[in-house]
Amino acid sequence: MTVLLDVAELSKRFPVGRAVGPIERLRRRLRGGGPVHLPHVHAVDDVSFVIGKGETVGLVGESGCGKSTLVRAITRLIDPTEGSIKLGMRELSLVPSRRFARDADRARIQMVFQDAGESINPRFTSFDAIADPLRRLKKLRGKALRAKVEQAAQQCGLPAELLGRFPHQLSGGQRARVGIARAVAVEPDLLVLDEPTAALDVSVQVVILQLLQRLKEQLGISYLFVSHDLSVVRLLCDRVIVMYLGKIVEVGPAREVFEHPLHPYTQALVAAVPSSDISGVERLRLLGEPMSPIDPDPNVCRFYGRCPRGVDQCKGAMPVLRRFGNREAACHFTGEKEGL
Amino acid sequence: MSVAPALLVQNLSVEFRTRSGVVKALESVSFTVAKGETLAIVGESGSGKSVTAYAVMGILDPAGHVTGGTAMLGGLDLLSASNAAMSEVRGREIAMIFQNPRAALNPIRSVGRQIADVLIRHGNVPRKEAPERAVEMLRAVGIPDPSRRAKAYPFEMSGGMCQRVMIAIAIAAKPSMLIADEPTTGLDVTTQAVIMDLISELSSGTGMATIFITHDLALAAQRADRIAVMHAGHVIECAATRELFERPRHPYTAELIAATPDRAANLDELASIPGALPDLRRTDLPPCRYSERCPRKMTECDQPLPRSPAVAAHMVACWNPLR
Ligand SMILES: Nc1ncnc2c1ncn2[C@@H]1O[C@H](COP(=O)(O)OP(=O)(O)OP(=O)(O)O)[C@@H](O)[C@H]1O
Ligand SMILES: [Mg+2]
Repeated sequence: MTVLLDVAELSKRFPVGRAVGPIERLRRRLRGGGPVHLPHVHAVDDVSFVIGKGETVGLVGESGCGKSTLVRAITRLIDPTEGSIKLGMRELSLVPSRRFARDADRARIQMVFQDAGESINPRFTSFDAIADPLRRLKKLRGKALRAKVEQAAQQCGLPAELLGRFPHQLSGGQRARVGIARAVAVEPDLLVLDEPTAALDVSVQVVILQLLQRLKEQLGISYLFVSHDLSVVRLLCDRVIVMYLGKIVEVGPAREVFEHPLHPYTQALVAAVPSSDISGVERLRLLGEPMSPIDPDPNVCRFYGRCPRGVDQCKGAMPVLRRFGNREAACHFTGEKEGL
Repeated sequence: MSVAPALLVQNLSVEFRTRSGVVKALESVSFTVAKGETLAIVGESGSGKSVTAYAVMGILDPAGHVTGGTAMLGGLDLLSASNAAMSEVRGREIAMIFQNPRAALNPIRSVGRQIADVLIRHGNVPRKEAPERAVEMLRAVGIPDPSRRAKAYPFEMSGGMCQRVMIAIAIAAKPSMLIADEPTTGLDVTTQAVIMDLISELSSGTGMATIFITHDLALAAQRADRIAVMHAGHVIECAATRELFERPRHPYTAELIAATPDRAANLDELASIPGALPDLRRTDLPPCRYSERCPRKMTECDQPLPRSPAVAAHMVACWNPLR
């Protein structure tokens, strides 16, 4: 596998509470205290993973676990606190986010958002929506621009007669196609999809997922597919990354992870997925709320307190991701009964 | 069915008068829910699930009019009851929970106070005892540290917590019927499972009848005793859950099941449903509103729809059903 995206030891912390002004900072320093420590939310904490060329990787976990922050760091909308993001040979974490908008590599990473109706300018026709990144990032004009827009629309199954319509004149499925066409038009290497089908009915969802599958085969693009819907991730993704409170707790081939989850959090997640196969309803439930993400104890497993296992070792040492064949899990007890 | 229905809806029709025409949102909708039973209403966006719930609750948008039908709860027809009678019934007899709990809660009143209000108004609880009972209700819906949480405001709580508070408010007066409109949409699957457990426990423990509205067929399969499938303002099929999944009779039901991703082995196995819901403002809507999308259409399909009675064990509204 050729590595396309290599994320290493990536962290993003946000200060919370009242910011301390420069005078107060100076006063405290004169009083002889150390540097002022503000509380921080550890949104993404020491995360490492790779995405191969042409690979589809799913990113799952509950809301607030850091998926969106991770995505925003990778797409360079925000600057990470620490760590590296390499796209091919290029280190992207060193380019400040406000400069990245005009960077030559900007076109290589594109995003598709949840509700294309909301992320597309309501005053843009479909044509303008698809043309916009081509104008900005590829400097296309005139005939070349029109040809490229029409090609992208055609690839995404958007009939040419819809190119003159505004978002409110399109169905949800057609808007999703515009969102995807806009992203693939600039020929990116990596497409980051944030819940692209969450707002769609099942009948339309199927068509969009099949479109994504076909595009990936035709164009060889890599996908990072962020979703709540594990049934969909299982069908579309080669590998899956499971996050819990800022940390990766499990990584592995999607089918294997869902059939035989290693980490207790993944086990609870999989048990909670509704299934029309009503033969065996599993009753593994996650009770309580996740622990606070503000300055969590670095020596306590983030899942401690909610984990059905949770013993003293879990609050004495943070489990690290360990490898089990082609899979990884961050739990002290993974592998003991599997005999891996 | 041997158990007396808690709610019997027959031939419910609803129209919205809008500037661009009359939206025939519901046409002759019939179903029944028994005591202690959970009926799921499933269907795509715009199929009329919420309008059905709002009509039964008497909270339709002012543009909406019930143009026919009855909804019998005990001896009372909810569709022709006076406003005064309906405001008694809401809260005391039927309660509803909504998709967005934070928007449905009062933002400037502590959650404990909001529950206490319902207990006083509908639950015959003396004013002095209400705060303590509110804390008990919070404990009953699984909120940790309930006496502290009772003082919290909705914005201080997570989505899952707010939904639990909504449930506590809904069941405070021990209603005989609960309508839950997409109660877990937007919540994490792990939270969804806990909330749905809570609703199931309440209905099996108290004999409360439940109407559970969802667009998630897999979730309906897991949680409902029976399922009513809606399409473009019609109930097109209604049967016991296992029966519906094993022997769907309406072609649309079969397609919906085939489009649901949870059991498929790969993407190509999933079927897509061609076409879209017809525009409900059309004046030339065919009797079967699925016929223009239907691969099994025959000439008979232009006749008025065959409808089995609401109490039939397996109801299907189709001239050419499967099997
Ligand atoms: N206030 C209104 N004015 C006009 N039409 C309305 C109004 N409310 C609902 N409708 C129409 O009634 C039909 C049924 O809508 P309803 O909200 O019941 O669908 P639903 O099945 O609940 O969909 P969803 O899954 O999106 O919640 C739709 O055609 C809708 O556009
Ligand atoms: Mg609705």
